[in-house]
Amino acid sequence: MRPFEYARPQTESETLDLLNDHDANTAVLAGGTDLIALLQDDLQEPQRVVDIKQVESMHGVTGDGDGVKIGALTTLEEIAASPLLDEYRSLKDVVDGVRAIQIQQMGTLGGDLCHQPNCWFYRNGYGLLALEDGASLVAEGDNRYHAILGNQGPAKFVSAARFAPALIAWGADVRVIGPEPDASEWLPLEHFFVTPNVESQGVSILKPGQLISHVRLPAAAEKISSTYEVLQMEGLDWPLATAAVTIDLDRGVVREASIVMGHVAPMPWVAHEAAQSLIGQSVDEVSATRAGEIAVQAATPLRDNGYKVQLAKVAVKRAVLAAADMLEGAL
Amino acid sequence: MRDRNDQNRSKPDFSRRDFLKGSAAAATATAVATQGPQEVSAANLKTNVFAAAVTSVTLNVNGKNHTVKVEPRVTLLHVLRNTLNLTGCKEVDERSADGADTVMIDGKAVLAGSRLAIECEGKKIRTVESLRQGEKVDEVVAGFVKHDAMQCGFCTPGFVVATRVFLDKNPKASLADIQKGLGGNICRCGTYQGITTCALEISKGGK
Amino acid sequence: MAERKVAWKARKDNSLIGSDITRIDGVEKASGYAKYAADINTAGTLFARLLTFKGGTALVKTLDTAAAEKVPGVRAVHVFNGVGKEVRWDGTIVAAVAADTPEQAEDGVRAIKVTYEAKPHWVDEENLTGATAAKRTKPLGDNQKGEVAAALKAAKHVHKGYYGIVTISHMCMEPHGSHCEWDGEDQLNVHLSTQNVSGTGGQFAGPLGLDASNVSITCNYIGGGFGSKFAADQWGVACAQLSKKAGKPVRLMLDRATEMKIGGTRPSGFIEVTIAADAEGNITVWDSHHWGTSGIAGSTISLGQLPYCFDGIPNRNRKATGISTNTGPNRAWRAPPHPQLCAVTDTVIDDLAAKMGANSYDIFMKNLDKTPKPDVYAEEMKIGAKLIDWKTKWHAHGKGGGKGAVKRGLGMALHRWGGRAGATTCTVKVHPDGAVETFLGSQDLGTGTRTVIAITLAETFGLGVADVKVNIGNNSYPKANPSGGSITVGGVSGPLRRAGLDALWKIYDLVAAKYKVPADSLTAKGGKILSAGKAVCTWKQACGLLGPMPLEVQGQGPKNDGLTSAGVAGVQMADVSVDIETGIVRINQLVAVQDCGLIIDELTARSQVYGGLIMGIAYALSEERVMDNRTGRFINADLENYKLPRIGDIGELVVHMYQPDSEYERGVVGLGEPPVISTGAAISNAVANATGVRVPVQPLTPQRVLEALKGGQA
Repeated sequence: MRPFEYARPQTESETLDLLNDHDANTAVLAGGTDLIALLQDDLQEPQRVVDIKQVESMHGVTGDGDGVKIGALTTLEEIAASPLLDEYRSLKDVVDGVRAIQIQQMGTLGGDLCHQPNCWFYRNGYGLLALEDGASLVAEGDNRYHAILGNQGPAKFVSAARFAPALIAWGADVRVIGPEPDASEWLPLEHFFVTPNVESQGVSILKPGQLISHVRLPAAAEKISSTYEVLQMEGLDWPLATAAVTIDLDRGVVREASIVMGHVAPMPWVAHEAAQSLIGQSVDEVSATRAGEIAVQAATPLRDNGYKVQLAKVAVKRAVLAAADMLEGAL
Repeated sequence: MRDRNDQNRSKPDFSRRDFLKGSAAAATATAVATQGPQEVSAANLKTNVFAAAVTSVTLNVNGKNHTVKVEPRVTLLHVLRNTLNLTGCKEVDERSADGADTVMIDGKAVLAGSRLAIECEGKKIRTVESLRQGEKVDEVVAGFVKHDAMQCGFCTPGFVVATRVFLDKNPKASLADIQKGLGGNICRCGTYQGITTCALEISKGGK
Repeated sequence: MAERKVAWKARKDNSLIGSDITRIDGVEKASGYAKYAADINTAGTLFARLLTFKGGTALVKTLDTAAAEKVPGVRAVHVFNGVGKEVRWDGTIVAAVAADTPEQAEDGVRAIKVTYEAKPHWVDEENLTGATAAKRTKPLGDNQKGEVAAALKAAKHVHKGYYGIVTISHMCMEPHGSHCEWDGEDQLNVHLSTQNVSGTGGQFAGPLGLDASNVSITCNYIGGGFGSKFAADQWGVACAQLSKKAGKPVRLMLDRATEMKIGGTRPSGFIEVTIAADAEGNITVWDSHHWGTSGIAGSTISLGQLPYCFDGIPNRNRKATGISTNTGPNRAWRAPPHPQLCAVTDTVIDDLAAKMGANSYDIFMKNLDKTPKPDVYAEEMKIGAKLIDWKTKWHAHGKGGGKGAVKRGLGMALHRWGGRAGATTCTVKVHPDGAVETFLGSQDLGTGTRTVIAITLAETFGLGVADVKVNIGNNSYPKANPSGGSITVGGVSGPLRRAGLDALWKIYDLVAAKYKVPADSLTAKGGKILSAGKAVCTWKQACGLLGPMPLEVQGQGPKNDGLTSAGVAGVQMADVSVDIETGIVRINQLVAVQDCGLIIDELTARSQVYGGLIMGIAYALSEERVMDNRTGRFINADLENYKLPRIGDIGELVVHMYQPDSEYERGVVGLGEPPVISTGAAISNAVANATGVRVPVQPLTPQRVLEALKGGQA
């Protein structure tokens, strides 16, 4: 790691003040489970690291009649334990998939949403787009873990945010603060992520000197949900493909549905048509299978990742069935 | 109360960032010359900011306060191992994906290689060494020995600490709970069988 | 007086041997007190960081370390590969920087200016056609036995297939490295992570211009070797040179990525094979061509042992081709190259059985006459089958039924190993106050060598394990064998038993004289010396008869006295579940039946087998080195993308140590390697049984499983 200043703000506005020094060549430090690795590999070289863990306002889960607000510094363990989130099963499914007490106790929701891609070209220093003389190293190299959707531009990595699909499927909003000390806005989480065309765009709409402070979920209103993750290993591992589903099931008939896939595209992938296909149907093997097929019908796999189309299709099918407690016969 | 200003704007169009964010595309061939830590005078710094230079950091480790002089970029792992000679936690991997560097901070399981030493001021840090006083050892240590939950021993301290924290949080853990909770630790020699037996024995209240 | 014979006690007379004895260094390890090479913090220790080549292959064009030398805290720089040198694989070390802190060493590395002239690389170890076109292949042998063509014509059942297993890294949790400290100009003290305490001193001395007698090697604890840590290595010598330049001790450990790239790899093998049998299922033909890589040297798994264990197949052609790749060189990896040989043999036999519509178990059993130990395999198979409930669970390949996407299946494989005792000398010292200690320059890799040493002497002297002080891990002690080949347990226990008996008989003679009892009526048990079962004196009293000086005896081995021998068998069976929609494989149960002669410590012996099974699960299901053809890089050289199993990935492991009296009588045979050999083949066979489809190449990742299912190839 290169040398950097360390700052320990106590409030959101102090955080913004400190983040915006040095022309905002700074970094936000929460649980450290991604940032420290990025610093060790010289993938980020901030002049100041701003440790936000003391910012009280960004901790905790609160609820009112309209929904639930989760502070960005809420840990995975706290999400799992919060009774206010019991009705949002797809969120707890994600926590359950992170099989390590260390990450559960260190990792934060905000940190997850801001997790940089795990693309091995990126992590080996070739950049998010891994371009050499205008040609994609990813397209020509080993791309077994890369994107099957949204990959027709230069970006071929997959988004690493594990919570994003479930949150987006719930219609979550995210609160972004900064760069000015009193600047803040809520926006749909779906619009937080970006597929870059040039390196400098990064993977989210965060400008230098901005950060996430909270996520807000609408009232659960008895909707059912599930996140299904295809994980090769039982231990700590990154998913090969995931799908999160939220369904308004009224007397056995789907009135509303939202399906979002993860780890298959540079951004969380909202499967609009697949969700549409469930409206007016009951949840069963047939409708779930069809939703899966529709979700991947536009997939454009690379040379080595064709198998991920199958995995994404299955993830959607199983998420739909699991939401309705109908999933059987799967490992 | 400016922090709680919930401006709820739902704008579909957002200005994309347009800046260079660090060295996203490092060349494979050339390394860039660097300077040492900047000399920044205290007068230039705001409160709650530490310069990119050697500074005094006080850490409470295993019940004792230690004041060390380190740069902000020094990890807790390095301070514990190299400065305080508490070499139980191990350095296996720069990305800390192995769990061998697990320590306890305020009762939580933390990867010391993913924490800066300076982040840990004011916290209660405990290392694997705190689970032994002379010949008296914690039940997890004793259980690891009894069930031969070790071979080369390199991953063992990290596992012992992770297991201790896990069982403190889940005193009646099932096999499935144990498998999920301890999935963050890697053992190459293959000692998971003994570790499982030890954890199950403790969670079932046996001796 | 009856002749005194060097031998182990009769089985029923043992107090310790045959039971579970916990490790004597267990508390040290579990409480974090055990010190490894990177834990040595002598005052002033500098930290080294490495600049490595990141590419496919190249020449070093320019290299300028001047700026690095000026970085604050940097005390010395060492160049490994300077201008004009070839850096032939990703991870090759270019230079090392030693500084006051690790962070300053990293600053130093960043300050080095280096440019390369890239050359064309070849890193694809499976693509034989491509490798041939790129002129990266070489023939590695071709031999025949019997009449393959004729036998094929006459055969009733013929199966042709393609199988393989990719390259993996050793993945020791503790990387290679050392702590070097000079004592004056001529004495070098090294804490080395090594499997070869007694043999590495000279490897430092030579390059450094020292007398070998002036190099001290210490290794009290090593965090894994698996065959990769026998040498000082270029970086070990460099650590010493940095220390000399800086005038301070230096710690140089490979970082994880470099460790994976250059610390050792296990060669791959991909095989096209035809196997045939007569109507009864006797295998009559083996005809194979295999290829793979061991790195730039372009070797692959050895030809001479194919088909693995089934040497008696009468008609056999075998041919091998090596592919030279720009990848880190191979080193011996636990039982080399038996895991790969088994992976490309027992899978083939299993598919032959499937083709015949036969129970795999029956075909293996039928052909045991072609193996070196048919009787032992037969017994082990019977035991294994009972433990896994083979009879009830067996179904024809792919015909297991089952609900939904999950299919279940069984597979088995068998293996062999040598494990002959290594050459070791020890000193046993019995003090007049009864204290016992021993000295030998052995290492304990985690196999439990320290504990075995203590048990051997304690058993001999009738004492407890805590009464024996074990001194190992330094090259000033009598020379011990390097720990490789599973030769250590025999290597140490033989000489210790011999020396212990030597010492004991001298003590018996003193007791006999003093207490007027016949010497050959004496035994030692429970801290006492007994005559015809009645206590004569305590151990301490007996030792008091030694006079003012300790009794010192040397032991040496190996000898032909029956204390040790060689040759083990071993059978493993797997019960797996496969999700045919995702390609994910889960272990339900693995059963290992393993013989290893006389077992000194049951507890640590079983641990070796558990460990082997888990390392087997790793290379069977998830572990692989991924070389990226485009960049020539070892692109998954990290612990997230190089997938090792965790505690939830192992299923239920059942270990049965096969030790009838016939095994006990053989004496001690090595065990460290055999349990890792047949696991991959057993698991692959179980997957084939579950799905009806062979996934040809290990590891059986979801990608490979789904591709095989799509192809529908049996």
